[in-house]
Amino acid sequence: MREMINMVVVLTILSAFSGGLLAAVRTGTKDRIEQQVLKFQKAPAIKQILSDVSNDPLQDRFKMMDNQQELTFFVGKHDGKPDAVIFETKGKGFGGDIGVMVGVNIETDKIIGVAVTTHSETPGLGSRAKDDPKFVSQFAGMAMDKNFATKKDGGDIDAMSGATVTSKGVCIAAKQAQDIYTRLKPEIQKQIAQMAN
Amino acid sequence: MAQSILKEFTKGLWEQVPPFRLVLGLCPILAVSKNIENAIGMGVACTFVFAFSNLLVSMMRNIIPSKVRIAAYIIIIATFVTVVELVMQAYTYPLFLKLGIFIPLIVVNCIALGRAEAFASKNPPLASVADGLGMGIGYTISLIVLGALRESLGNGTLMGHQVFGPDFLPFKFMLEAPGAFVCLGLVLCIMNLFGKK
Repeated sequence: MREMINMVVVLTILSAFSGGLLAAVRTGTKDRIEQQVLKFQKAPAIKQILSDVSNDPLQDRFKMMDNQQELTFFVGKHDGKPDAVIFETKGKGFGGDIGVMVGVNIETDKIIGVAVTTHSETPGLGSRAKDDPKFVSQFAGMAMDKNFATKKDGGDIDAMSGATVTSKGVCIAAKQAQDIYTRLKPEIQKQIAQMAN
Repeated sequence: MAQSILKEFTKGLWEQVPPFRLVLGLCPILAVSKNIENAIGMGVACTFVFAFSNLLVSMMRNIIPSKVRIAAYIIIIATFVTVVELVMQAYTYPLFLKLGIFIPLIVVNCIALGRAEAFASKNPPLASVADGLGMGIGYTISLIVLGALRESLGNGTLMGHQVFGPDFLPFKFMLEAPGAFVCLGLVLCIMNLFGKK
């Protein structure tokens, strides 16, 4: 009996100590990690989509809840007028989730561009979604009410040869962005209007 | 006293260098030795974990009940691994992305648990830290040796710099998993040739 109590007590104290330490380290590094993620993951994709903005979209960002999920929206300004919004969605690819940044022009409801942030697709095949702009450039200029799916599934997107699943994954992410945009558009516009002032 | 501590430290560098002499920790060594940069990052992370987990295990060696010792060791090791993961994420984000899953997998690295069980649980803290540091540095050096071999042959570069001139045709096989096994085997063979008692 004594031995059992001893085991429980030691393990409990050890776990509590471990939890405390980890909580402290996490709080200490949280802000920096968020910055690093923005800098190394989001920034290149945002730059790829919005190359001609007059502001820094990384600075002009706001957060919004959608179905208990927090989304970050980045706003791009042309000639000081905020008219572009970018946010990230995820689609299931061949090797896991594919993170896709979707940029939308809020005045015309057209896609400005799409870019892949993170993926674990096969190098040389699925990875072309990120490395070769040809595939994602198909989304640019499409209206928000179009069917974002590969041609095989009845949509308007040419899938990459040898990377069907990846192509589908990107399409799923784009479609999700479409849903989110349609659902949250009034609120997005409100937020952006605030930013313009 | 000082001499025995020095001995505990240096045994990890040659006599018992983990991947080649103890033939432990092979999974990460095959996976992350593609280039020197990854090898150094992984090595430093491992060294930190080995040294601190050995220290803590050794300090608690008389308190931890023997029946739950493995669970206790895992808690200690996992705590330090998570600390390393968070710190890497905050300060060396690109490296963190490259090493990916292999950082959290240090938890199940045989060396960490093996040294805790075989050495730190029976020896005083100072000697345990020396043992952990020695093992970690030995592991780092092994990773760097393999990394240098594979990067130079497989990619024609060292730390990203060309070494063989523009006419060199990279031996891509070395960067794949089978190449890693072949490299490991060759280094093991050479080491046995010299160090066999």
